[in-house]
Amino acid sequence: MDHFPGTHWGKPRNDNIDAYGTYPLHAHQPRTDAFADGVQRTQQPVVTGASVLALKYKDGIMMAADNLASYGSLARFKDIQRASGDMADFQQLKHILDTLLIEQFVQDDGHKFGPTEIYEYLSRLMYGRRSKMDPLWNSLLVGGFKDGKSFLGYVDLLGTTYSAPTLRNWVWRYIAQPLLRKSVEGREDTLTEEEAVKILEGCMKVLFYRDARSLNKYQIAAVTEKGIWISDSRSVETEWAFAEGIRGYGAQTQ
Amino acid sequence: MQRLKAGEVNLGTSIMAVQFDGGVVIGADSRTTTGSYIANRVTDKLTYVHDRVYCCRSGSAADTQAVADIVHSHLQMFAQQYGTPPPVHTAASVFEKLCYDNKDNLSAGIIVAGWDKGGPSVYNIPLGGGLFKQPWAIGGSGSTYVYGYCDATYREGWGRDQTVQFVKNTLALAMSRDGSSGGTIRIAVITEDGVERLFIPGNELPTFWEGPPVPMTVVEAKKVVPTAGEGAPIEVEA
Amino acid sequence: MNSGYDLSSSTYSPDGRIFQVEYANKAVENSGTAIGLRVKDGVVLALEKLVHSKLLVPGTNRRIQTVDRHIGIATAGLLADGRHLASRAFDESLNYRETYRSEPPLSAIAERLGLYVQAYTLYSSVRPFGISAILGAVDKDGPALYVVEPSGIYYGYNGAAVGKGRQLAKTELEKLKLSELTTREAVFEAARIMHLVHDDSKDKEFELELSWIGAETNGLHLPVPKDLFEEADKKGRDALDADMED
Repeated sequence: MDHFPGTHWGKPRNDNIDAYGTYPLHAHQPRTDAFADGVQRTQQPVVTGASVLALKYKDGIMMAADNLASYGSLARFKDIQRASGDMADFQQLKHILDTLLIEQFVQDDGHKFGPTEIYEYLSRLMYGRRSKMDPLWNSLLVGGFKDGKSFLGYVDLLGTTYSAPTLRNWVWRYIAQPLLRKSVEGREDTLTEEEAVKILEGCMKVLFYRDARSLNKYQIAAVTEKGIWISDSRSVETEWAFAEGIRGYGAQTQ
Repeated sequence: MQRLKAGEVNLGTSIMAVQFDGGVVIGADSRTTTGSYIANRVTDKLTYVHDRVYCCRSGSAADTQAVADIVHSHLQMFAQQYGTPPPVHTAASVFEKLCYDNKDNLSAGIIVAGWDKGGPSVYNIPLGGGLFKQPWAIGGSGSTYVYGYCDATYREGWGRDQTVQFVKNTLALAMSRDGSSGGTIRIAVITEDGVERLFIPGNELPTFWEGPPVPMTVVEAKKVVPTAGEGAPIEVEA
Repeated sequence: MNSGYDLSSSTYSPDGRIFQVEYANKAVENSGTAIGLRVKDGVVLALEKLVHSKLLVPGTNRRIQTVDRHIGIATAGLLADGRHLASRAFDESLNYRETYRSEPPLSAIAERLGLYVQAYTLYSSVRPFGISAILGAVDKDGPALYVVEPSGIYYGYNGAAVGKGRQLAKTELEKLKLSELTTREAVFEAARIMHLVHDDSKDKEFELELSWIGAETNGLHLPVPKDLFEEADKKGRDALDADMED
């Protein structure tokens, strides 16, 4: 009689060890757990893209991203996505989203996804993957314009979501977000295109000065009622002349 | 070997020194980082240790400053005791001793270069504390990207200006690829006559091929094609 | 009459025919006409959907369907089979994208559909598709047009017609210089042909379905927009009336 379901049932009996099947449960198997050493399933990001920022203005939303490995801007209907993080995961994400959009196109039922639907889908996707302990290593800014309303949303690899008039990715939010807030919040409905470009230029300059993973080569994109534009690659003017006379780190003079 | 401690400031760095007939050219970028934050974008990594001997520092900012300060002190003592400026080899040997004896507690990769009565010379003291005499040396995280360029480009017998150009180009290439290097280029030319400082601002660095130009794209709303269903016709004929 | 050789598509007749496949072709021949035009810069699909009941909601049960952004399919034959085949084509298209991360060329989709349809001619447990499908696309090699038949065979065409009025439609298509037409011009020709081949005495009512893929649609398979549709529909009908007066 086999009294011990957990250890014996369904397995061949081993009379050498336990001829009568009388040993107490804990004496039977070595107490090693397959997961004793911990299983690392979440990976590390490999090729990463970095600086992305976005703001709301009078005509819609505007985004800026530097050209460093952040290849790919995804433009569908009247939305734009820009992402930072692992580029391979971002490409996978673009593919998943593209498949969804084809499914919808083929459906041919007159319904279209707007920025909010895309954002909702992506946030569920990101949350679903982190719940499987296999996150897509990105933080995403989803911006769009539909029915006279602009939308700006954030979602990251943990599935954390929020909407705000200004957004930034990763730790750079601590540097650029205060600048963006100061110049945008409360003025979303009056900011002109020129002013919005100026604000983003200012932020990109600070990022280039202070972010070791940024590049002084970036693009600006806007989503408005009239459509989408993505600018040429451009650079900001930078200031270095003051540094010429600096010597050493203390008493050094030559 | 001790790696960088948590939160420590790192001279991510591209540094270089090249010998020529009358002297040496040393150069460095100006970026100091903590993680990916640029703590200082105008750092001077070309450090004076004696009148005709300088070092280029890479690794931990704190470690290399401390080591350079100690060597500076030693060399002042040397000059006083023996009544002659210290040879480059002497300076490099002091660096070597400090770096080797304390290798477990330091992260310092230092290039020592200068001029003495025997002529110009360049010494490399990489991470483990070895001492290597070389006609040219590169160091820091950025150097890994430009070994090939240096191997293919360097020639013996260059003059001052050619050597300066070589240093400038090498550092610019390293800085463009290495996120931990950047900012401006600082160069010093050390000869019998003195030390001449050169400065290349961050917006005047030599540039190389940077990929095809990215043109402007515009998608007018009118051109956004109606999705299926929107244009649907279909009314039954009577 | 056929001595039982027509009971299963897994049985040949003594002279090497598979009657079930031939019967499937009959189902296609009784269906409303569908045509496809491969022209200079695009493809046009047109279809005569016979309306068998006044109670049907106009615009429902469409027989031109979309397979991918750039691929359309028009089916003649059993409506339900057409739906299933379009759904399969969509799956194949997604599968191609999943594997190769690029837009599938129409030749690949036609080949896969051909293999799929042919598999239904091999077993006694299934019946062959009662469908001839016209596939149209603008892919990386330009405009493309294919027809997949119930046997699983498929050919590429410049102009294709299946269903009831195919003979007359083919005659009309042959008169056209397809390679010189623009997609917009082809829409008018397609509407004209559909009105011409419609047999008013036998089938009273039909809905015209028109779709196109070309430069004007940004390479997407879309229904012809309302204003253009109405213009082409009217012109097609007027041409028919003028013909009759002759």
